[in-house]
Amino acid sequence: MFRFILKKLLYLVPTMLGITLVAFGFIRLLPGDPVLLMAGERGVSPERYAQIAAQLGYDKPVWQQYLHYLGNLLQGDLGNSLVTKKPVLNEFLALFPATVELALVAITIATVIGVPVGVIAAIKRGSWFDQVSMTTALVGFSMPIFWWGLLLIILFSGVLGWTPVSGRISLMYFFPQVTGFMLIDSLLSGQDGAFASALSHLILPSIVLATIPLAVIARQTRSAMLEVMGEDYVRTARAKGLSPRRVIGVHALRNAMIPVITTIGLQVGVLMAGAILTETIFSWPGIGKWMIDSISRRDYPVVQSGLLLIAAIVMIVNLVVDLTYGLINPRIRHK
Amino acid sequence: MSLFSTRLLAASAFALMAAAPLHAKTFVYCSEGSPEGFDPAPYTSGTTFDASGHAVYNRLVQFKPGTTEIEPALAESWEVSEDGLEYTFHLRKGVKFHSNDKFTPSREFNADDVIFTFERQANADHPWHEYMAGITYEYYSSMEMDKLIKSIEKLDDYTVKFTLNQPEAPFLANVAMPFVSIVSKEYADALDAAGTREDLNNAPIGTGPFKFVAYQKDAVIRYQKNADYWGEAPKIDDLVFAITPDASVRLQKLKAGECHLMPYPAPADLDEIRADPNLKLDEQPGLNVGYLAYNTTVAPFDNPQVRKALNMAMDKQALIDAVYQGNAEVAKNPIPPTMWSYNDAVEDDKYDPEAAKAMLDEAGLKDLTMEVWAMPVQRPYMPNARRTAELIQSDFAKVGVKVEIVSYEWGEYLKKSMEEGRKGAVILGWTGDNGDPDNFLSVLLSCAGANPGGANRAFWCNEEFSDLLAKAKATSDHDERVKLYEQAQVIFKQEAPWATLAHSTQYVPMAKNVTGFVQSPLGDYTFETVDLTE
Repeated sequence: MFRFILKKLLYLVPTMLGITLVAFGFIRLLPGDPVLLMAGERGVSPERYAQIAAQLGYDKPVWQQYLHYLGNLLQGDLGNSLVTKKPVLNEFLALFPATVELALVAITIATVIGVPVGVIAAIKRGSWFDQVSMTTALVGFSMPIFWWGLLLIILFSGVLGWTPVSGRISLMYFFPQVTGFMLIDSLLSGQDGAFASALSHLILPSIVLATIPLAVIARQTRSAMLEVMGEDYVRTARAKGLSPRRVIGVHALRNAMIPVITTIGLQVGVLMAGAILTETIFSWPGIGKWMIDSISRRDYPVVQSGLLLIAAIVMIVNLVVDLTYGLINPRIRHK
Repeated sequence: MSLFSTRLLAASAFALMAAAPLHAKTFVYCSEGSPEGFDPAPYTSGTTFDASGHAVYNRLVQFKPGTTEIEPALAESWEVSEDGLEYTFHLRKGVKFHSNDKFTPSREFNADDVIFTFERQANADHPWHEYMAGITYEYYSSMEMDKLIKSIEKLDDYTVKFTLNQPEAPFLANVAMPFVSIVSKEYADALDAAGTREDLNNAPIGTGPFKFVAYQKDAVIRYQKNADYWGEAPKIDDLVFAITPDASVRLQKLKAGECHLMPYPAPADLDEIRADPNLKLDEQPGLNVGYLAYNTTVAPFDNPQVRKALNMAMDKQALIDAVYQGNAEVAKNPIPPTMWSYNDAVEDDKYDPEAAKAMLDEAGLKDLTMEVWAMPVQRPYMPNARRTAELIQSDFAKVGVKVEIVSYEWGEYLKKSMEEGRKGAVILGWTGDNGDPDNFLSVLLSCAGANPGGANRAFWCNEEFSDLLAKAKATSDHDERVKLYEQAQVIFKQEAPWATLAHSTQYVPMAKNVTGFVQSPLGDYTFETVDLTE
């Protein structure tokens, strides 16, 4: 087990190196230039441009800039934002908990609803439940997120007044950030109603963010269940006279969960992408919106290092998912 | 380090808030973006200036609310020497800087703070010049303060003398701008001693109407009323910026009572806002212009008759109805009507496709094909450049001119549009920085502006016009300047380096119970005068 983890971790090194190269290269392949964008309509004189470029090191050949960047990375220096001038790592750490909190709630919603729906749809294959839920899943999967978010805001916050429009907590609550997770910090603050306020602010954004993963998980669970239920061992279990509950719950579900867990793990990447739109609509102060703004401003250090940090986190989550296979399927445990 | 200190600050600010009365009057502003930082000198966005320069700081002089006229602020009075080279400012006494949990000022505002504010930007060897890695002072250099100011002297604790290299009438307007907000030297020294220099940018200390309390990145900025404010103290107790980037969501928040006032509504939402009994809409002509700049150095656009003919082929009112949805007025001059020296006697080229066609024929132009450049971004002065270009395309087709629409990524667009020998006419615009006509005319239309790094995208160099601007800059006689700029506008219209398109209207939606908000022609959002009734 230990060697397995070690091997996986070693694989991370060349992958991360590849990511630095891709992130570094792609943002520079885009036309546009941070200095020109900062100057705007007014323009910047050639002398001043040269001066700023030299100060930022952008007058050197790109490969030299890359090596310089790698050298700094090895010393733990992720660079400073060109826009705010602040260290990228500090900005990331200030924003990341908000994204994680939203993503965790969203993936929980997606799993808790998606898996049972998929199982029931598989058992009652062809029934009205199967057809309705799978059609809904197809719609959910193809939902334009921005439109969906605005629609929910206008309906639930505007017309019905049930949920707050945007933000993480009502502005009347003000307490120090301890963990960065609003649900936890609001409890720690001891202020009456703070937790409920934080929770109510999470409802709409987490539903919006959960929409696509929920659809994917439900469909994946259904097809995995259908496949497993056709296997010999399930028929054997039935033939032994086991109760249907035991056949499905133990023999079928446990085997069907393996591809489902892979899917859930892969949804972490999807959540990061979905976070960009969801965070923008709901004014959620996370890393999704931060990355988008940085790309449009050609804030090279933020894009490079931000992508690297996000990629590292997605890979670690996938590694953890790999490890959980062992818990479900002993055959993988000793590989 | 800075992350840690921000948290500490938030913690102590919390203690401070907890001690405050529970039902304090809190005003919530749904701002459109996050400030880049809280030091107004190194940044250039209006969002940053609203959050730092206007809320927390003051300048030597300021714009009288709702106007671009200069009035005293931290300088109570000033004198300008006969030759226009020396400006002597007499500073206000008894002005207190804010305090926070780590800093309590031991002295009041004085000349040292003024000198510190300018020197740290002017002098590359100043110990505070690059207190954060990679910072530059873009406004200071783009307003050419570095070329303009020869020296700054402290005559005594409350008198400062600026000596200029050449007379420059817009200088006073420049020092009213947020990038020269007065920063406390004593605070800087204290941060130096504590080894936390970046707090100058994270935990600002100013003399302004509001004290900075806490900032949670991309989410909320909190301020408290400065009870010791030298001017009239704010009527609200707490000011909160709730950062809300999407215009439709801002409106939903305003309607739900989650904020009291918002900037930049979506044009499509204006009717809904007008119809809402709980909201009101303040509107004012913006200090901006949207234009189409010909390249006056390339044939056939080097011929003023051709440019005028094209201008006459353009149905500008139809363009305003379609692109601005009527929320703008037709532009005839390069400066907007709210700006002093606007020459209303100038007559616009009439929309007359027949006459335009005849003029083009006269110039010997048959089957002219040209490029029109459409910028890829939205600006208040130009909500949809692609649509504008399409309308121009169809108007020009009626006079036999074939238009090809091109566009580039924004940074490329800005760069390529200033390249010599550029083909085609460029759609662009401008929003004033300081309300001085020179800030439009010199930047966008002078001979100097046509050089690389300038912003004269017509490459139009008319010596008579440029001479008038130079004269107007060198005199501080206001009436004289008005006359000179009025003449300049007449020449501009005759020569037609641009098609002047539109001056767009600024809208500020707010809750019914908001009183005392004064819209700034410069597009600033300031809250020292606002109040909430009920």
